[in-house]
Amino acid sequence: MKTAKTASDTNLMRKSKLSKLGKLWSEQKYLFFMILPCLAYYFIFHYMPMYGVIIAFKKFDIVKGIMGSPWVGLTNFKNFFAGPYAFRLIKNTLLLSLYNLIFYFPIPIIFALFLNEVMNKWFKRVVQTVSYLPHFVSVVIVVGMMQSMLSPSTGVVNRLITSLGGESINFFMRPEWFRTLYISSTIWQEFGWGSIIYLAALSSVDAGLYEAAHLDGAGRFRCMWHITLPAISPTIITLLILKVGNLLTVGYEKVIMMYNPGIYKTADIISSYVYRVGVSQANYSFGTAVGLMNSIVSMILILITNTVSKRLTDASLW
Amino acid sequence: MVRQKGKGETVFRIVNGFVMLLVVAVTLYPLLYVLAISLSSAEFVQARMVTIFPKGLNFDAYKEVISDTYFWSSYKNTIVYTVTGTVLSVFLTTMLAYCLSRPNLFARKQISFLILFTMFFSGGLVPSFLLVKELHIYNTIWAIILPTAISTYNMIVTRTYMQGLPEELFESVKLDGANDFQIFTKIVLPLSKPVVATISLFYAVGLWNGYFNPMIYLKDADKYPLQIILKNLILSQNASDLSGGASEALGQTMMTSEMITSASIVIAMIPILCVYPFVQKHFVKGVMLGAVKG
Repeated sequence: MKTAKTASDTNLMRKSKLSKLGKLWSEQKYLFFMILPCLAYYFIFHYMPMYGVIIAFKKFDIVKGIMGSPWVGLTNFKNFFAGPYAFRLIKNTLLLSLYNLIFYFPIPIIFALFLNEVMNKWFKRVVQTVSYLPHFVSVVIVVGMMQSMLSPSTGVVNRLITSLGGESINFFMRPEWFRTLYISSTIWQEFGWGSIIYLAALSSVDAGLYEAAHLDGAGRFRCMWHITLPAISPTIITLLILKVGNLLTVGYEKVIMMYNPGIYKTADIISSYVYRVGVSQANYSFGTAVGLMNSIVSMILILITNTVSKRLTDASLW
Repeated sequence: MVRQKGKGETVFRIVNGFVMLLVVAVTLYPLLYVLAISLSSAEFVQARMVTIFPKGLNFDAYKEVISDTYFWSSYKNTIVYTVTGTVLSVFLTTMLAYCLSRPNLFARKQISFLILFTMFFSGGLVPSFLLVKELHIYNTIWAIILPTAISTYNMIVTRTYMQGLPEELFESVKLDGANDFQIFTKIVLPLSKPVVATISLFYAVGLWNGYFNPMIYLKDADKYPLQIILKNLILSQNASDLSGGASEALGQTMMTSEMITSASIVIAMIPILCVYPFVQKHFVKGVMLGAVKG
């Protein structure tokens, strides 16, 4: 170590580029060996698939490899838009995101506002602990539980419907129910977890503000409206912008567990289609093309919303 | 926050408390329902008599699940994937976070950019799938733990935490001749315990609960983790529901399959339910740490 240091000192005097590198090496060689496997990970598992997207412009043949396969230009993209599903997939994806935004997004905020009004510390903690729990239940189990509760033959929900004089509904076979099931299970799973970030913002509100408002004769709801809500509005705006940026990125995990050919009409979204066509049916080039189109549009959306967010508020992703 | 008095106030507090209780009930109900089904006897399940408490208490469904060797081998696989994957992920993530938290790291800005870029653009599902095949890790444990080894979000949370550690702490050991790896293992890691706990839990839950990667990257049934077994049970049950056969003869087997699914769900959730109350605060901390950055 010591000899390396004195050597690097003399090198520094010469100020040659090489010796600078030598100094850097002796200073940072451990950092280099530490960061190397991590960069290798990013190179292999993130940048190699980015290189792999060129098969979207080829007629990929697994025997010929990426380079050996013939170019086809934009054929795959044209086929997608000329095909029968493009419109349906884009519509389903956007609608699912939009409904999620309308019906799920406000719930953690409302929950946080009212939980914040609970005085009893112990009770508050119990409610919080219970509300975060569903976040840790796997998608497979969530869908399994839904199926069990909604089963037309044994489910508790259909029992309730029939005892009220209604007809049993086979929820998982009805396209018009898919979005409702998807969103309500998301609400169940995420309302508590999503509220953490708002509760954190609420805990930093100055208690003196409430006292002052109270002296001025403001009631509880006015306090919530004029003090509590403004305190979390920057958080709300940031998350809202993020959500808008991610309108086209709906995960396939839950959809794939929930759907069946009978309800593709509403349930099939871009990512589940990419999985089905690209992986299950081994239509690699076509699947890649659809996925690539989706990622590019998503990235543009995120860039736009981020710029808007920077202008409107100080909040920005980077 | 503020203690106000008056009738309106009392009414509000009672109503609010009641609503919160309702929220707790709605959150817990699906879990209790599955538990009740798994512990009830077939005729009550079939007659739709089970709502919240088990009727005709028995453990037949559990006996059935426990005697299934596939179930246990998948349970073992899940544990192996979760433990190995978490150790690997935490090791790589903290190491990268440490490197990026060093202000003098060579090309730090460029490296950070290349890493952050992957959060906004990816090659997509199909090229990743082909890559796993190309690398010959398809149908091995590596296909489960390597592609998701570093979560950039977790890495940023960890780096932010490490940047907050007082620089003077490592200056003196550096003068004593300690290299970066020693500083990392002997000083930074012990000081970063809270964030390491948080990200370990995030990784572990992700690996324990994930079904998609095992589904597309594993071929042999004896390598399947628990979630795949559960998924197959649930989907086959769904298929029998879809065929709409409420016929008596079919009914009997359907009941059993639903009870078995429920019992499997309960067994699969036990570890998370047992650990959850004790580690919950670490998860919450992770969200807070992440939020600070934004």
